[in-house]
Amino acid sequence: MSRTASLAEGRARQDEVRRRGRRLGWASFALGVVQLAAPGAVRRLSGVDDSARSRAVVPVVGARELVHAAGLLTSRRKGAWAWTRVVGDAMDLTALGVALAHRGGDRRRRLVGVTGAVAGITALDLLTAVQATREARTSSVPAARGARTGGSVELTATTTIRKPASEVYAFWRDLENLPTFMAHLEQVRTTGDRTSHWFASAPFGKDVEWDAEITDETPGEKIVWRSTGEATVPNAGTVRFTPAPDGVSTEVFVVLVYEIPGGAVGKAVAKYFGEEPHQQLDDDLRRFKQVMETGEVVRSDGAPWGKRARKEFPQRPAQPLSDSELAKGADA
Amino acid sequence: MRANTWAGRNKVEVRDVPDPKILNSRDAIVRITSTAICGSDLHLVDGYVPTMQDGDVIGHEFMGEVVEVGPGVGPDKLRVGDRVVVPFPIACGACAACAAELYSCCENSNPNAGIAEKMFGHPVAGIFGYSHLTGGFAGGQAQYARVPFADVNPLRIESDLTDEQVLFLSDILPTGYMGAEMCDIKPSDVVAVWGAGPVGQFAMDSARLLGAAQVIAIDKEPYRLELAERAGHTPVNFEEVDVRSRLLELTGGRGPDKCIDAVGLEATHGSAHVAAYDRIKQAVRSETERPHALRQAIMSCRSGGVVSVIGVYGGLLDKFPAGAWMNRSLTLRTGQCHVQRYMKPLLEHIERGDIDPTRIITHTMSLEEAERGFDIFKNKQDNCEKVVLKP
Repeated sequence: MSRTASLAEGRARQDEVRRRGRRLGWASFALGVVQLAAPGAVRRLSGVDDSARSRAVVPVVGARELVHAAGLLTSRRKGAWAWTRVVGDAMDLTALGVALAHRGGDRRRRLVGVTGAVAGITALDLLTAVQATREARTSSVPAARGARTGGSVELTATTTIRKPASEVYAFWRDLENLPTFMAHLEQVRTTGDRTSHWFASAPFGKDVEWDAEITDETPGEKIVWRSTGEATVPNAGTVRFTPAPDGVSTEVFVVLVYEIPGGAVGKAVAKYFGEEPHQQLDDDLRRFKQVMETGEVVRSDGAPWGKRARKEFPQRPAQPLSDSELAKGADA
Repeated sequence: MRANTWAGRNKVEVRDVPDPKILNSRDAIVRITSTAICGSDLHLVDGYVPTMQDGDVIGHEFMGEVVEVGPGVGPDKLRVGDRVVVPFPIACGACAACAAELYSCCENSNPNAGIAEKMFGHPVAGIFGYSHLTGGFAGGQAQYARVPFADVNPLRIESDLTDEQVLFLSDILPTGYMGAEMCDIKPSDVVAVWGAGPVGQFAMDSARLLGAAQVIAIDKEPYRLELAERAGHTPVNFEEVDVRSRLLELTGGRGPDKCIDAVGLEATHGSAHVAAYDRIKQAVRSETERPHALRQAIMSCRSGGVVSVIGVYGGLLDKFPAGAWMNRSLTLRTGQCHVQRYMKPLLEHIERGDIDPTRIITHTMSLEEAERGFDIFKNKQDNCEKVVLKP
């Protein structure tokens, strides 16, 4: 429930930022039109009508405002466009500062007023830009959103294995085989016909373990499972095995769903999944294919530790391992 | 053991590295008796193939004697003491690509397939000593090498042919042959081959073996063209004549029926302007190739002909003449060589004397001299065509 509430709250905040971005866009539009249509009035009002240079500067600033307006009103990336406004504000404040230093009396009073207004607008722009950027960052990647506020991550991957579906199914159905190719799994112990106990290497320095049960299965075709009890990272998965058109191979489709907790634990879990969680699942399936087709996980000198995905890249130099490196790798 | 390693751009270094050990059950360890420097090694040394690391053992053309086999290699497949030539692509023998004899596209032999997939769309096979993109396997310019899937890859040599006669079965002879085979050569065909380096020479010999009426060699090095001429091929020096005009002259205005690009991504060009254009684009990394040879092959080929590409390309090229390719019904065929497919039949050709692979060897030196070997091969000094190293 609390997760749903926080998601709704996030969405409301995002809407608010977007609305403010749109309002700033219309403000830019109005300002730009005025500066282009009545530059004389603008120059008089702001107290810079005594300088020849302002004759050139005001319409240019007006044109720039129209660019901001176009960006803010049409682009979905309001964050980036809000930042262009911040840059524009900085330019305006600099110009106003220079003007202030050379003016006195009534003109100076008018300039101070305009400068104050621009400073206020700058603060609003800055706030909008920062918030819009943050919202964009947290909402573009589902995994990253999970990392910040808690949430679920769904991963899918597929491969084709040149073995009949019955054989591929049987290997997966013996869940104790999964750690041979899945990077994060240390061990799976079968505890009953449909129940099992899983150990994963830890994102927080100690191992995580949980119970799981198979909730649905069709021999040779499909296995559906989910974690049970108080799992640190509740998860569920489906794997389907479909005969490929070549009549020899099997297409394997995997869907995994992780409920990533919030807070520090959630961050650690998300980091553990890496920048590209899909890549890791793809690599897991690649190793599954290697094991099914060639009998084991293929090792090279640059990537000698088989299933340890996170040790594959960056790689070590492609030269044979010393005895001590080999010994270290044996239990890696 | 001693091994030749990549030590940064334009630098190789013979160093002490650990001896290889069995890592997978179907591995074998081979004591290398002969190994060669390949033109594609130059792309590594020149820095055009990404994902190289300081200390990578390079080399993918090698042969030797089996000194250890893993528990998964059946004695009927390979035994200690066997004399073997090792193909450069590592194939598992079990995946769909291997089943289709597309060994250089093996789906299982590249443990770093994720990177290759990003680069090429789909992964490619592991290759010995050829960057981490192709798996990060230590290469064969060394005293020993670990050979994965040793029950499917190495070719046993049971006759008393010399190393020099069979060594090139590991790469350049099958690569040249595949270049010619992809041309579907007919007896009336004129075949033009860009590049008279080792692979080009073997593509020419293979085209002749497959029945071509005439074979034309295109290069700029007089000694390479002479080598081709001595083998019965027609030389064209692109620094002296306009290639397309000369080819039209030699073919009654039709153009060669079949064209083979045996040059790849570091082509040189007769025109200084075109050369400068591509060199600059390559230097700022806005294209990875200098595809002069490929462009010229497409522009010169007769309508309806075949352009067969066996020169190595790494990434993206620019100014590809797609209009000529499409409007003139050209067929473009290519691939890293599926060496395992050709080793046995080519061994028989060597035994019968149809092909003499030793004709291209100009230098034999010790492994310790690898650095000098790279230097003279790369800079085409001392009329260097092919360097064989003896560990």
